[in-house]
Amino acid sequence: MAYQELDYFRFSELLNEEELMVRDQVRAFVDEKMMPGIAEHWEKGTFPTEIIPQMGKLGLLGVTIPEECGGAGMSSTIYGLVCQEIERCDSGIRSFVSVQTSLVMYPIFSYGSEEQKKYWLPKLSSGEAIGCFGLTEPDFGSNPGGMRTKCHQEGDEWVISGQKMWITNGTVADVSLVWARDNEGKIQGFLVEKGCEGFTAPEQMHKWSLRCSVTSELVLENVRVPEANRLPKVRGLKSALGCLTQARYGIAWGAVGAAQACFDEVLHYVKEREIFDKPLAAFQMTQDKLAWMATEITKAQLLAWRLGRMKDEGTMHSHQVSMAKRNNVKVALDIARECRTILGANGITLEYQTGRHVCNLETVLTYEGTHEIHALVIGEAVTGIPAYRS
Amino acid sequence: MKIITFVKRVPSTTTRVLIKDGNALDPTGVEFILNPYDEFAIEEAIQQKDKSGDGHILVMSFGSADSQKELRTALAMGADEALLLQNPDAPNADGATTARTLTAAVKAREFDLLLFGKQSVDKEQHGVGPAVATALGIPCITEVTKLDITDGTVRAEREVEGGREIIEAPLPCAITCQKGLNQPRFASLKGIMAAKRKTLDIVDTDMGTPLVEVLKMEMPPERPAGRILGEGVAAVPALITALREEAKVL
Repeated sequence: MAYQELDYFRFSELLNEEELMVRDQVRAFVDEKMMPGIAEHWEKGTFPTEIIPQMGKLGLLGVTIPEECGGAGMSSTIYGLVCQEIERCDSGIRSFVSVQTSLVMYPIFSYGSEEQKKYWLPKLSSGEAIGCFGLTEPDFGSNPGGMRTKCHQEGDEWVISGQKMWITNGTVADVSLVWARDNEGKIQGFLVEKGCEGFTAPEQMHKWSLRCSVTSELVLENVRVPEANRLPKVRGLKSALGCLTQARYGIAWGAVGAAQACFDEVLHYVKEREIFDKPLAAFQMTQDKLAWMATEITKAQLLAWRLGRMKDEGTMHSHQVSMAKRNNVKVALDIARECRTILGANGITLEYQTGRHVCNLETVLTYEGTHEIHALVIGEAVTGIPAYRS
Repeated sequence: MKIITFVKRVPSTTTRVLIKDGNALDPTGVEFILNPYDEFAIEEAIQQKDKSGDGHILVMSFGSADSQKELRTALAMGADEALLLQNPDAPNADGATTARTLTAAVKAREFDLLLFGKQSVDKEQHGVGPAVATALGIPCITEVTKLDITDGTVRAEREVEGGREIIEAPLPCAITCQKGLNQPRFASLKGIMAAKRKTLDIVDTDMGTPLVEVLKMEMPPERPAGRILGEGVAAVPALITALREEAKVL
């Protein structure tokens, strides 16, 4: 059944010609190239690597990176729409795009040297190279400032030791952006290439969520990288967190796509499925659920849209990203779960996409800033009092 | 090779259509797309241009101001230049009126090949391509699934009942494109950026007196509810009778 987006408030009219063109092209690409094999990949726990060069060719990797650096040079709103359409297929694929674009290309573009940009950005935008972002550690997720990974300089080289965890793309990455604390306590960013001595990236297996996405541990035992691999313009932890704001921005949009996918599937289902001699859609309880979902999707769309416009104007604050990410992911998860109840037993099979989205969104709820941490960010913004520590 | 290809903005095939004033489509809240058959025409134009090693693709539409989006999409796929023959009433024009308007614009230009979608998916009239070709006095091959052009000669294949037909014609020539001719490319984000820098001319166009008037449009009647005639083998005779006498399909 062809996908039909819920557009209750004529959201499309808020988008300009270029934004609509990109959305429609990506939507068609997702339907044709991504949707057919996604459930099988999810079940097997494999990433559909064949789509990486196709996404590169279409320009979906590095949407906001300027054209002269190999990106598409487009707006943040367009990047958001790309995330929305891709996550309509699967949060794991969107995670791949978020990491490549916001957590690898963005920091290389923003904090890297000219040589680093020239070497890596074209390869990353074409999909020839895959990147990952190593910040989180086994004991430091919500408080990355406590990281234990250390680095120190020896002549022209840096020596890095430590462990990273829950790193999307880690095992398959050609380049890992690894964050480490130097002897003066400053956080530095390094480009660690695949195959470096002392560097391994074992895959974290047995996940029941984001099964299409590769999640890895990064182990660094006295890994030596040249000074040329350090991101020279990094200014401490703030730079790492700046990347996360970019990624979270894309997630706020992506979650709308996942919610739309579930809603669309269920809307078809309730019209077809008959029980007690009438379609499921004719029951008041079903309609109440659908009305709530349609309202939440519409609110989430508008939140993402406004966030995009502020980002494109250069007036967006990271605490506003927190609100959009927090709200949109939570409602997407709640919608996915509610859709699962409407699908009944069908909802637990991979024949239907809703169950896959339920499982995926459980990750999205707590990664890139947990639901709770984002509440504290918003809390600080409205009270002026940070409540992160007791 | 100078190629002109033609596109139309049409309601998405998944859209929920409503009727306005009893004789027209209500465009409120409707998603519009590039007519899918026109995508085959654009793709073929790009491939033929690439094969000839040299050429130019003009993409043309008779439409309202909104049709700029569909023309930009064609530019983003790879067309060189776009022309919008603009008239706010164009979306309601009949095929003959559209053909007349396009013919006047084509006559003013040099061309070797005209590429049309075989039909638009909104009105399904299949007539614009052949009508333009007839008015220009050039050959037209419809519903083409394979196209080769060598030394000024077009060799086209089309599916016919139970087989294939192979037709030759000299250039200049008009072709209407059928599914299977090629696999239309997606417009890349870079292509969409590049399209912004390409020329899209907008010319206010008088469409003259329409040749056809739509008197009335109505939604298809609601399907009557199904009927269960019985269960298992015992129901078969009643089913056969109903299929033969009521549905008249046996």
